[in-house]
Amino acid sequence: MVQDYVFPGTVEQAVAMLAESKGRARVIAGGTDLVLDMRDGKITADKLVDLRAIDGMQRIVEHDDSISIGASVTHSQIVRSTLLRHHAPGLVDACRKVGSLQIRNVATVVGNVVNGNPAADAAVALACLDATATVVDEQGTRTIPFNELYAGICISCINSSCQIVTQISFPKKKAGEGSSYIRMEQRKALSLPMLNVSSKVRVINSQFQDVQLLMAPVGAGPQHAVTAEDFLMGKDITDENIRQAGVLAREQATFRSSAVRGSKEYRIGVLPVCVERALRAAIADAQEG
Amino acid sequence: MNTKLISFVLNGEPVSVRVDPFELFVDVLREKLQLTGTKKGCGEGGCGSCTVLINGEAVNSCLLPAMRVEGTSIQTIEGVEDNGELHPLQTSFIEKGAVQCGFCTPGMIMSAKALLDKNKSPSKEEILEAVSGNICRCTGYVKIEEAIEDAAKTLRKAAVKGESHG
Repeated sequence: MVQDYVFPGTVEQAVAMLAESKGRARVIAGGTDLVLDMRDGKITADKLVDLRAIDGMQRIVEHDDSISIGASVTHSQIVRSTLLRHHAPGLVDACRKVGSLQIRNVATVVGNVVNGNPAADAAVALACLDATATVVDEQGTRTIPFNELYAGICISCINSSCQIVTQISFPKKKAGEGSSYIRMEQRKALSLPMLNVSSKVRVINSQFQDVQLLMAPVGAGPQHAVTAEDFLMGKDITDENIRQAGVLAREQATFRSSAVRGSKEYRIGVLPVCVERALRAAIADAQEG
Repeated sequence: MNTKLISFVLNGEPVSVRVDPFELFVDVLREKLQLTGTKKGCGEGGCGSCTVLINGEAVNSCLLPAMRVEGTSIQTIEGVEDNGELHPLQTSFIEKGAVQCGFCTPGMIMSAKALLDKNKSPSKEEILEAVSGNICRCTGYVKIEEAIEDAAKTLRKAAVKGESHG
């Protein structure tokens, strides 16, 4: 039973408030998942530490070479950001797909990642962007690569009773780079993705250079389609190569049948098409400049 | 339990109310402030019947800890009419047959109002996106979309004449 609800004014205060509760307090950002998990008894806490009042947490910040998204930034803020539309169109598309407008106005992108769901839209879109998370606890501040944030399926490495992800950052788009996000869904609003794919490519002289291709939910956190990525490196951008990348991703994918997300067979069937669409969209973004 | 006094602006009037630390705002509205126009449907952010505006943005009050309302401006369906005169959205919902059982209507109108307060010439896609988090099991949505378009038209005419609808 929650006994107290507090609004620290600084990250240091927030960490201290968590620490003094010795594991019985918990961070709340947007709360759209946490409220339900607490109602259903999946998560219990004596105290909720709300990050809303901490200065700077609500901002998307452009640095010289990177962009950072504060812990209180909502999905709607991402959708409206012209900066992110240029540097991370896949992330904007992903955030537009989450829940409903009412959810997007409250739910945070960092919360979407810390929740640990492997197919969380924003998380999958961020996974291809070489993102990092800034984690603060009593021991200090650390920067953790995005793929090290997941401990298992729907299990985060972040312990929200003593750690705070203050921001997620990723490099700005460079010449020749493009990114994208594609999801398969049962309907356009209020639906979980049946599967999702994100991609970032660097295109030089009509050839694939760096290729990041992520898919979910096929493991703990978004997973690299490693064989497809390796195959595309240095290859010409052709319909045949893009198609082959989809086939290679399918061979690696290990979907499980799910009452909510669809059957394993159906999702394996449509994955190559989603991979092709994601690659084509990332290439188009790269060529757009 | 550390109950707290929260203060905020509700439908234009300052209010203070004592809440439990994890009380949800929809329950505060309905049980403590007796504003039962805001409906509680699914209770998990899936139906939109509890939609209210917080600083002009539509949110699900069933997922909103009341503590987060401190210092904000809230509008509920009870605050949509202006001095006893229905808002054009309310008039259009009635005239266009966009109300059947009526349970979704307060939430539907709040979502539509969040849109029209910012954009009085929305496209069909923008209207549908604005109410995509609101489920209606009666109307099939066509009448609702028509009503919002009609209200937008009324608001545009009023803007030309210099009238205001808050």
